[in-house]
Amino acid sequence: MKTFHLRELAHARAGDKGDTNNIGVIAYQPHYYPIILRQITPGRVQQHFRGIVQGRITRYELPKVHAINLVMEGALGGGVTRSLSLDPHGKSYSALILTMPVEVPEDIAAELMLAGRRPL
Amino acid sequence: MTTQAPRTRTLRIGAGASYAGDRVEPATELAARGRLDYLVYETLAERTIALAQLERRKHPEAGYNELLADRFYSALPHCKKNRTRVVTNMGAANPAGAAKRTAEVIRGLQLGPMKVAAVLGDDVLRYCLNHADRLKLMETGAPLSSLEGQIVSANAYLGADVIVTALRKGADIVLTGRGGDCSLFLAPMIYEFGWREDDWDLLGKGQTGADMVECGANVSGGFFADPGYKEVPELWNLGYPLLEVERDGTIVVAKLDGTGGIINRAICAEQMIYEIHDPANYITPDVIVDFTAVELEEIGPDRVRITGGRGKPRPEQLKVSVGVLEGWIGEAEIIYAGLGCLERARLAEKVVRERLRIGGVNLQELRIDYVGMNALHGEASLPPQAPPYEVCLRFAGRAREKRDAVKLGREVETLVGKGPASSSMPRKHVREVLAIYSCLIPRAVITPEILVTEVT
Repeated sequence: MKTFHLRELAHARAGDKGDTNNIGVIAYQPHYYPIILRQITPGRVQQHFRGIVQGRITRYELPKVHAINLVMEGALGGGVTRSLSLDPHGKSYSALILTMPVEVPEDIAAELMLAGRRPL
Repeated sequence: MTTQAPRTRTLRIGAGASYAGDRVEPATELAARGRLDYLVYETLAERTIALAQLERRKHPEAGYNELLADRFYSALPHCKKNRTRVVTNMGAANPAGAAKRTAEVIRGLQLGPMKVAAVLGDDVLRYCLNHADRLKLMETGAPLSSLEGQIVSANAYLGADVIVTALRKGADIVLTGRGGDCSLFLAPMIYEFGWREDDWDLLGKGQTGADMVECGANVSGGFFADPGYKEVPELWNLGYPLLEVERDGTIVVAKLDGTGGIINRAICAEQMIYEIHDPANYITPDVIVDFTAVELEEIGPDRVRITGGRGKPRPEQLKVSVGVLEGWIGEAEIIYAGLGCLERARLAEKVVRERLRIGGVNLQELRIDYVGMNALHGEASLPPQAPPYEVCLRFAGRAREKRDAVKLGREVETLVGKGPASSSMPRKHVREVLAIYSCLIPRAVITPEILVTEVT
């Protein structure tokens, strides 16, 4: 096993509704998807987003497009329209999720390193 | 009413805008070269309509999209020539006013005869105020009457049905206020193909396509580029997207040749999940959409075919966006640079905190960010590799009274001369808080009305 940032395996986009933020996390390759399903769990995301997410995190799966959708309640400082944050919509949270460390099996690690990606 | 045989040819719908201030030129290019049947401009974010209501209070003629005339002066000549109809929520808080202005543009360009329809009925402020004790806020579960601020607007998300009615009346341009964003795109599909308004799977397919383009260029290269990972050709020259819709609900998302940007599976997947919660139950006024079986297929350069969308019966209630004035936010920032800049910024924070206390400034919440270090992600940020060479210290405070928000800015301003050494000039800003809450109301409460103006 080697550890990489999630950024090497997936891309993401975040959006807002009220005080809830959601992040779509999409595997670059179908065979990366099981790693994401195993390791990007609501519990780990809650820990990674410490100080940001005050409420519940729900994870939905979209296997046809190798994606998960993380719905994070109480994540926008009381709501987009009254938040004091410079990022009231939480659109930059897509970049934060991609800093999560993930354990990658040797064969996929070799594949990533061949493509110029570095483990941590 | 015009009746017509259902269309069998491909229907082409362009997405010309995705927020109030969106660029004008790409929509004009779509109108000129896109061989469009419809051009849709989506320009209402959650808060835009509430801001427009406030604008209309001050100026009764205003309250519609301020770029409406600019957009129409440049696009309508192409629309007229190519027989492209326009559907847009640029009516915002004043669809009738928007129709009047549109008629002036048409006359100015001598494009008549054209029919302009304004859709009214989304404004439910009176109903909400009358039922404030019973309507529950979706955010807190408490009744609307529990809000401390002043309720200034309430607009319901209308569906595609009322736009379809306007198209049946022969409208060349349909101007709405608040509605479901996707409904603007779904309405032409329903009207042209004669889709039944309870064929949920077909409507689900239509909404899946609509969802793909309702944020405009976010599906054609916008908000996607990440050098070394996700490359976007000619990001500065993004082509806005268009849908090619078949009668069976198969949809291709594409853009004009010769424009920048990219349309591939990756960006379509990002956009499909953007701002949805449960992907099996995405609620729109027209149908509850199920995205979980959607397949995305690259069928050519910058062309992705969308299949597998499904739907369930539409909700019984409509969502309402409620605008509430909730006080003031003061913001100010100052930059320190050089050796020891972080220590000077920290001292400046302490100076401002103490002076706010001494001055008795009453803030409901105060936030202090170190921009360049952890302003966006706080303690979740990766640790810095080295001391920063410069740091921007930023204060934001929410207050019930304007004077307290103003005072915060003043205390930051006086850091120059009365705070730590060697900073930039500060900048400060005060704005009124217009918060948005949501509630649900029964459909039967709404009585939409369509005003048709024939411009000769």
